[in-house]
Amino acid sequence: MSPSGAELLRQVKSQIDEVDPSEVHELIDEGVAIVDVRESEEFAAGHLPGAKHVSRSYLESRIEGVVPDRATQVILYCASGNRSAYAARTLQEELGYEHVRSMTGGITLWKDRGYEVDVPRALTSEQRERYSRHLLIPEIGVEGQQKLLDAKVLLLGAGGLGSPTALYLAAAGVGTLGIVDDDVVDLSNLQRQVIHSTDRIGVPKVDSAEESIRELNPDVNVVKYQTRIDASNIMEIIAGYDVIVDGVDNFPTRYLLNDASVRLKIPVVSASILGFDGQLSVFKPYEGPCYRCLFREPPPAELAPSCGANGVLGVLPGTMGLLQATEVVKLILGIGEPAIGRLLLYDALGATLTEVKVHRDPDCPICSRDPEEITDEELGVFPDYEAFCAAAG
Amino acid sequence: MATIKIPPVLRASVGGEKEVGATGENVGEVLRALAASHPATESQLFSAEGELNRYVNVYLNDEDVRVLEGLDTAVGESDTLVILPAMAGGS
Repeated sequence: MSPSGAELLRQVKSQIDEVDPSEVHELIDEGVAIVDVRESEEFAAGHLPGAKHVSRSYLESRIEGVVPDRATQVILYCASGNRSAYAARTLQEELGYEHVRSMTGGITLWKDRGYEVDVPRALTSEQRERYSRHLLIPEIGVEGQQKLLDAKVLLLGAGGLGSPTALYLAAAGVGTLGIVDDDVVDLSNLQRQVIHSTDRIGVPKVDSAEESIRELNPDVNVVKYQTRIDASNIMEIIAGYDVIVDGVDNFPTRYLLNDASVRLKIPVVSASILGFDGQLSVFKPYEGPCYRCLFREPPPAELAPSCGANGVLGVLPGTMGLLQATEVVKLILGIGEPAIGRLLLYDALGATLTEVKVHRDPDCPICSRDPEEITDEELGVFPDYEAFCAAAG
Repeated sequence: MATIKIPPVLRASVGGEKEVGATGENVGEVLRALAASHPATESQLFSAEGELNRYVNVYLNDEDVRVLEGLDTAVGESDTLVILPAMAGGS
């Protein structure tokens, strides 16, 4: 005769090892894998600190992704200790895990004992819908989306590169976007600066950008800096941001930004454009080279034309700006291989993307030293600075 | 003959070409051959003292010649040299 449910549970519990919550409490942070086998909604309502989630219904197919090594000590728990008992038997008997235990009394007893529970912040139902295509990607999911919502990204310039970057970062749900730009929207900008619009000609670019971002995603907090970044304000403006997007149109500001961001250890996703050509690299202080390691000094003004003087294919800042946005998202999520130590060269006419290696310069005047040694007076300084600026007008 | 990739700011000095061929045993010789056949590039590549300008990066294939042997780095027939000055356009 088949056993009753209660008898089956008793049989299963006699075949597995159980562990009391007090012992589990001692084992947290000791390299033990703690796995919550309840349903997603139960896990989201609160779980043991550091617990991984594999619902019992997906146990066989997903446990290896969470606990790849069968010799690992595994503690399973559920609400009261029954579902985790069945799950423990499955891991032990059918999948060959060697050290599996089920926590007696589940999270209910754990809470009764007064132990800590992690309650993840939940996305609203509107956010779940808005970011659903992110939530479907395992590398992002709720946790990654929360990282994006918590992230603070500073855009230097709401121009050619800044426009597409800001729009896509806003759409992706980057929670805080700082925008630095002292300019107003001009008709000649609209061939490429897609965050602005014809009816906003003459409007400050920070205000115009804010309006487009709000229309796209009201989740985003826009912080406006209607100013030109310089040595007197850069440290104050960039402090506290997680990533900086460099789309500025002149060398002095690029060097200034580099030096200040190295000092504050903030990664910079840098791109530049001219004509039909674009360059991109990620400068992550002390992990990879900095801008000065790549370009020891700027070219003379006659070899460093700006887009205004030489023109740029309208689509090109879109391409390069979105490569920047992609790198920003990767840095925030901690996924993939950011373009650190590599300079990507995009040739729009040839439709080619090539890359060259960028090394840390052991003699770099900035990043070969400790950040606290870099003084205010040194920020953005390079040989013939005065002459360069005079020639550039 | 090695291939030299010409950056946008130097293309006017080589008749608008994106790539030019030049012969030489090492990086220095190849660049001097380029300067000899396209004199307008000389002052952009080399200082008055004959050194490579500090604002010009040169890569042998994908490697910065500064971490190789500099201008003395040997260049093969099928190698590509990339000349790369910094660009700052963004707006």
